[in-house]
Amino acid sequence: MSTLIEQPRYACALAAQQTVLAIPNSHPIVHAGPGCSSKAFGFAAFGAGFQGEGYAGGSHVSCTNSSEQEVVFGGENKLRDTITGALKILNGDLFVVLTGCTSDIVGDDSISVAKEFATEGYPVVGAETAGFKGNSYYGHEVVVNAIIEQFVGDIKPQVQEGLVNVFSVVPYQDPYWRGDLEGIKNLLEKIGLKVNILFGESSAGVSEWKDIPNAEFNLLLSPWVGLDTVKLLEEKYKTPFLHYPVFPVGAQETSRFLREVGKFVELDEKKVELVIGKEEKRFYDYFISISDFIAEYRNNLPVELYTVADSTYGIGVSSYLVNELGFIPKGIYAIDDPQNSIQETLNDILLSRGGEFKDTFKVEADGGLIEADIRKKIGESKKAIILGSSWEKFLAEETNNLYTYLSVPLHETVILNKSYVGYTGGLSLIEDLYSSLFKRKTTTSRTQLFTN
Amino acid sequence: MSIFNESTEVEIRERRLHSTLSYHGDANDLNEKSKQRALSCKGRYYGQCSDCAEGCAETITYHVIDAAVVSHAPVGCSVNVSNHHILGRAVSNARGLETHKVHMISSNIQEKDTVYGAAEKLRSAIYEADKRFKPKTIFIQASCASGIIGEDLESVANETEDELGYPIIPVYCEGFKSRIWSTGFDAAFHGILRRLIKKPKRKQEDLVNIFNFEGSDLFIPFLKKLNLRVNYLIPLASVEQLETITEAACTAHICETLATYIAAVLEEKYGVPEVKVPAPFGIDWTDEWLREIARFTNRESLAEKVIQEEHAKVLPELDDLRKKLKGKKVYVLSGDSFAHNIANIVKDLGLELAGMNTLHHDLHSDSPLQANTLEALIKSSGNIKNVTVCNKQPYQVLKILQKIKPDLLIVRHMNLTSLGTKLGIPTLFEGDANYSIGYDGVVKMGRRFDEALRTKKLVENIAAHTKLPYSDWWLKQEDPFYFEGGIQK
Repeated sequence: MSTLIEQPRYACALAAQQTVLAIPNSHPIVHAGPGCSSKAFGFAAFGAGFQGEGYAGGSHVSCTNSSEQEVVFGGENKLRDTITGALKILNGDLFVVLTGCTSDIVGDDSISVAKEFATEGYPVVGAETAGFKGNSYYGHEVVVNAIIEQFVGDIKPQVQEGLVNVFSVVPYQDPYWRGDLEGIKNLLEKIGLKVNILFGESSAGVSEWKDIPNAEFNLLLSPWVGLDTVKLLEEKYKTPFLHYPVFPVGAQETSRFLREVGKFVELDEKKVELVIGKEEKRFYDYFISISDFIAEYRNNLPVELYTVADSTYGIGVSSYLVNELGFIPKGIYAIDDPQNSIQETLNDILLSRGGEFKDTFKVEADGGLIEADIRKKIGESKKAIILGSSWEKFLAEETNNLYTYLSVPLHETVILNKSYVGYTGGLSLIEDLYSSLFKRKTTTSRTQLFTN
Repeated sequence: MSIFNESTEVEIRERRLHSTLSYHGDANDLNEKSKQRALSCKGRYYGQCSDCAEGCAETITYHVIDAAVVSHAPVGCSVNVSNHHILGRAVSNARGLETHKVHMISSNIQEKDTVYGAAEKLRSAIYEADKRFKPKTIFIQASCASGIIGEDLESVANETEDELGYPIIPVYCEGFKSRIWSTGFDAAFHGILRRLIKKPKRKQEDLVNIFNFEGSDLFIPFLKKLNLRVNYLIPLASVEQLETITEAACTAHICETLATYIAAVLEEKYGVPEVKVPAPFGIDWTDEWLREIARFTNRESLAEKVIQEEHAKVLPELDDLRKKLKGKKVYVLSGDSFAHNIANIVKDLGLELAGMNTLHHDLHSDSPLQANTLEALIKSSGNIKNVTVCNKQPYQVLKILQKIKPDLLIVRHMNLTSLGTKLGIPTLFEGDANYSIGYDGVVKMGRRFDEALRTKKLVENIAAHTKLPYSDWWLKQEDPFYFEGGIQK
């Protein structure tokens, strides 16, 4: 894999300010140069379908705006002033100090400064998120773990039966995170669980975080991001975890997922099957109604699949499209820069969902190389659909193929509660995939878009 | 002392232009204090996130046609490249140019590089950019990380330039070096002046340099009325075009904050005269701007004819708009100088200018002859109350707006516009900095204000359901500038 990056698909660790903002009523305090916070916002929130500043993001983020003075003389005092000011003017349940390149290179002990405030009883946490330390995924884990270590802390769990903490997609880095987390919560509630979803509109906020140690189990719904977190929780609170690596999209995977969760916590099997039966009936009632369209537009249907997304969403969506909609996988690109040691595992996870995926999977964070590879594979084909970011839209248009939005950056769409998770998400993806046919140019069943 | 010197970096604005980031008072007082250099660039004890010089530099370097950019930084510094790419595509298509693609590679500085240095990475990024994009020049954008670890960009640039045979241009836009993000414009211009611009081979008497942000193509039709051609700079100019900007008849710009540095150097070093009246915003400034350009290009009588015709054309609709907008108060929130431009339109629409905040303020410009747009605004609109300077800081601006209660707000800065919306104030985003130039610009702004007022249910609905993050203590605090004076724990 290249270490240079063209067309970046993630920001730096400091973008974890968005992880903080995703917790209701929580504030990042950025100890970094003057542009870091707004760049991270520009990419992760503005560039994720205009999700916006929400309660307190965007230009409202507290920041030391470190300058030459802080670089030469150290910035700890400036950080103290900024935390003091933030606690005074902002209403918040949790404040997370995030550091940038300037403060981490000059060696400010920002975590200790945060601790000074915590010791006085303020809900302040510190995390080192300098850009050179890692990417958005790394920053997310660092921040989540820092909140657990410093804010949830060493308490004795009072285990509540049927309570689960969910760790899954990375807020904002997954542009559909709000709808996704709401969808996952709904699914789990349907089989009788009580859910700490931790982020987004359907989370109760900080009270859910304080409740983390009391869960019966932790659910990791992602191939690798969050694994350190559930391991930390296992060690800290002796909470077992279920690692379900495939993000459930569509009927087959979602039913499989619910069964596995049910088995793990020994839920009443009949109850789980009743839920699955009801959900599948609804799903397939809708699903078969595409048959008229499929029949009529056979010549125009995209069949070759390219997916550019992180390994959570990319694998989940690709599996659904290949197994339930008959797509032929051509290139599945994971952009989340997982460690070398787990790249093989990711490939195995994908292969476990179908032999068709052999030799289609690539871990690549350099968008320029992804583009070059797709161009080479796509050749003269007009039968492809590329699921990805704004960059893939341009590539699809240039090669006269179709696209659907799946990953950041996304600058030309507005996202509220859209999601592709679960049964309903699978249906929603069908709508978007096939509707993309009509967004290109006037298409009818008799004008063969791809063959003329 | 000459404005340009051959040193690798241009002096930051705090030292060069005595810029300030905090002020509150009125326009007369700010203008007087500026002349006396009586304001310093002191910070505040508590602040919200600003922007950095790199972010400004990239608005220039990303958009040079046939150029590539190496961001010598961790990946976070260049993440807004996709947004620029989309802007470049849209504007190049609108201007009938070949679709512009932003060609950027990040050297992706990582932890070990901060210990052992990243020069090798920079070299390989430059060669990779050469291989992938076949550019005619490569800009190297510095970053906080590359600056603090002391990367020698100059040596790598010289070395690779020899090897590749085209200019490799370091841009010293490290975010921590200046509190004034506009320093990034100067940094990019300085790199271009040092390594790209050539002496004129001939003079092009009908060519006008227009320094602008990447906006709509309104200057070409506008200056066509004077039979002049437009050299849009720097976004979407090609490398060849940049090499020959010294051949133009004169240089104008849409905003003093953007381009007074390069305009002054072009005049001083290459004899290209700079238009030294404010940019063409509002009817009176547009008149004077056209006259000044006409003087440089010997078109005085044609200019008078155009001015007369254009006045006659817009007057009827202006009358109508003034009636519709009568009694409304406008607040302007924008970068220094450009805020003055927008504010100068307000009087033409019969609106009241209730106040203005600029995101910084240069106490003077690069050359004493350059336009003082604040003074010009006072001249055209009288003294203005509620004039402040702060670099975004919505916690302060919020209190100012709640006190003044404007009917309309106009903002030129991304992610500040939503503050007005959250407060239920119909707000215009002046993202396209060319949009309101000239006589038509006044009319268009009037129409936009009118539409914003007629559709204000949307923003009122948003405001009714918005919860602001600020504490009661802050919302009740009398002094919006509390943190500039001190802090008690």
